[in-house]
Amino acid sequence: MTVVTIIVSVILALAAAGAIFRIVRGPSLLDRVLAIDVLLAIFGGALAADMAINGNLDNLVLLVAISIVGFIGSITVSRFVTDRRLTNG
Amino acid sequence: MVETIFDVIVAVCLIGGALMSLAAAIGLLRFPDLMSRMHAATKPQVLGLWLFLAAIAAEMRSWVLLPVLVAAWIFQLLTTPVSAHMVGRAGYRTKHLRKELLCIDELDEVVERAAKEQDPDETTAGASPEGDTRND
Repeated sequence: MTVVTIIVSVILALAAAGAIFRIVRGPSLLDRVLAIDVLLAIFGGALAADMAINGNLDNLVLLVAISIVGFIGSITVSRFVTDRRLTNG
Repeated sequence: MVETIFDVIVAVCLIGGALMSLAAAIGLLRFPDLMSRMHAATKPQVLGLWLFLAAIAAEMRSWVLLPVLVAAWIFQLLTTPVSAHMVGRAGYRTKHLRKELLCIDELDEVVERAAKEQDPDETTAGASPEGDTRND
């Protein structure tokens, strides 16, 4: 199980690094929002992997809460982007 | 024996979910515009989360836990399309896509038709095309 822990940690770290790189570089605000959504999904996956490997259920409520409210941020930013571009013409 | 089988299932599910996350990150880095990046971004949100939850279920093996895991996944399935729809809508209207990469743009005809229908009513000339489709 230790080998699996190391493999999953490395893969998730690489994925998070890629998402963070897109957040920093992202040419537009919507690209950054999308990358933040992916980063949140990777965090949720890391929480779930932690629970599965260590055999506890400490973060389960947090995982459910993330899946319920995680979409509000990107919706808010999407509305903001639309309105700002419209007023600028 | 049974323990080993379940351990293998947990390991496969965890590595599969992690690979989904990595695929999304690679897609975010490599794909050229917002729409194709949105395609890549859904992998860890749906299939990746399913694999991780399956790993938890295979590790715990308790029927009481199953409804909670199913609820987490159902809520993710309900909320992900909402945010994807809003991001795609905002991206289309603010021209965050590269038209030359599209094979077919079905929304373009709809937008043009709506603009033509609205044009005779507009007293102020030169209204932006986005403004005409704002209230749909």
